[in-house]
Amino acid sequence: MVSKKVELMVGFFVALGIGALLMLALKVADSGLSGSDETYNLYAKFDNVGGLKVRSPIKVGGVVVGRVSDISLDVEDYTPVVTLKIYAKYNNFSEATSVSILTAGLLGEQYIGLLPGFIDEDIEILVTGDFIEDTKPALVLEELIGQFLFSQGSDD
Amino acid sequence: MKQVYFLGRKAIAIISGIGRALILLISALAHVPNPKKGFPLLLNQLYAVGVLSLVIIIVSGTFIGMVLALQGYTILVGYGAEASLGPMVALSLIRELGPVIAALLFAGRAGSALTAEIGLMKATEQLSSLEMMAVDPLRRIIAPRFWAGLISLPLLTAMFSAVGILGAHLVGVDWLGVDSGTFWSVMQGQVDFEKDIVNSIIKSIVFAFVITWIAVFKGYDCDPTSEGISKATTATVVQSSLWVLSLDFILTALMFSN
Repeated sequence: MVSKKVELMVGFFVALGIGALLMLALKVADSGLSGSDETYNLYAKFDNVGGLKVRSPIKVGGVVVGRVSDISLDVEDYTPVVTLKIYAKYNNFSEATSVSILTAGLLGEQYIGLLPGFIDEDIEILVTGDFIEDTKPALVLEELIGQFLFSQGSDD
Repeated sequence: MKQVYFLGRKAIAIISGIGRALILLISALAHVPNPKKGFPLLLNQLYAVGVLSLVIIIVSGTFIGMVLALQGYTILVGYGAEASLGPMVALSLIRELGPVIAALLFAGRAGSALTAEIGLMKATEQLSSLEMMAVDPLRRIIAPRFWAGLISLPLLTAMFSAVGILGAHLVGVDWLGVDSGTFWSVMQGQVDFEKDIVNSIIKSIVFAFVITWIAVFKGYDCDPTSEGISKATTATVVQSSLWVLSLDFILTALMFSN
């Protein structure tokens, strides 16, 4: 009932369609085969998160080691808490690690920069659920300009 | 008084049309396809609806990608931002142009053919004779065409987007000299699998559903005359285009507004 030619062409069509989907997923979105990367969570409190967004990258020296998975407000002291989802293979950050919110270029996206601290006998390694104590908030351009103008004024 | 009669007649016609379309849809979907008999029918329809639409989808996808790259480059290079050519082309193709233009082409290429074929079957009383032979035309004629459309369009949309990005690569990288590594890596940084590609597939499934439903219903419901078939074919293309464009706005508003 179905000719061989039709079967062949439909098979070709479906394969081509799935191939296109795979190309979109792997080559264009570069999703990898998601779920294979194991992660662990660290937390950090900032005075100001600026324009940081969920899914913003976390970088050590420019290399992406994780992504921001949640930004919320601690209702007790009203400071923003950022959840850092870090790939499990980078699991050797010490307590002395500092974290700051940086901007890529002058007007670029904001990301989190981790500065790994020294490792010593009495310094513990951060494990999942720990808070990073040493944080630097985002630079807000308007505040900088305000401080600059204020300091200019006080010189006289 | 005459106007009120007219209004009432129109309203009843519209509502009963919706009702008949729903009955057709439900009874076409309710038949679980018999794998042995239904699969060859489905394959034949996949060939007619999907494979034969390949050429128009691939050719127009390539050209749209090329035009996007050319236009985008001339604007972006003014800001020194030609590195953003990749994500610009990829996002506009995946989020909007891919699903919408593939759906419009599909409505013109495959939807009109479905309506005309089913309409002519009705006009030449082939549907009635199937019923006389105790063959359910819904199961034998409507259901395979419906499923074929629902399967084909998402695949065609993926091909459209993929081919369009390759066309943009051809113009942007090979012709205008954007760096190939930048083109892909910036694109990969901006395109999100769940947010962009999955939503693009959801859009195309919704469009496929609407287009094949309209096409099949218009054919099944047309006046069994040559004029009726021509009207039904026109109505298929016009109505499914309008539905695709308006649903696209609604879906975009739901998916991409936070």
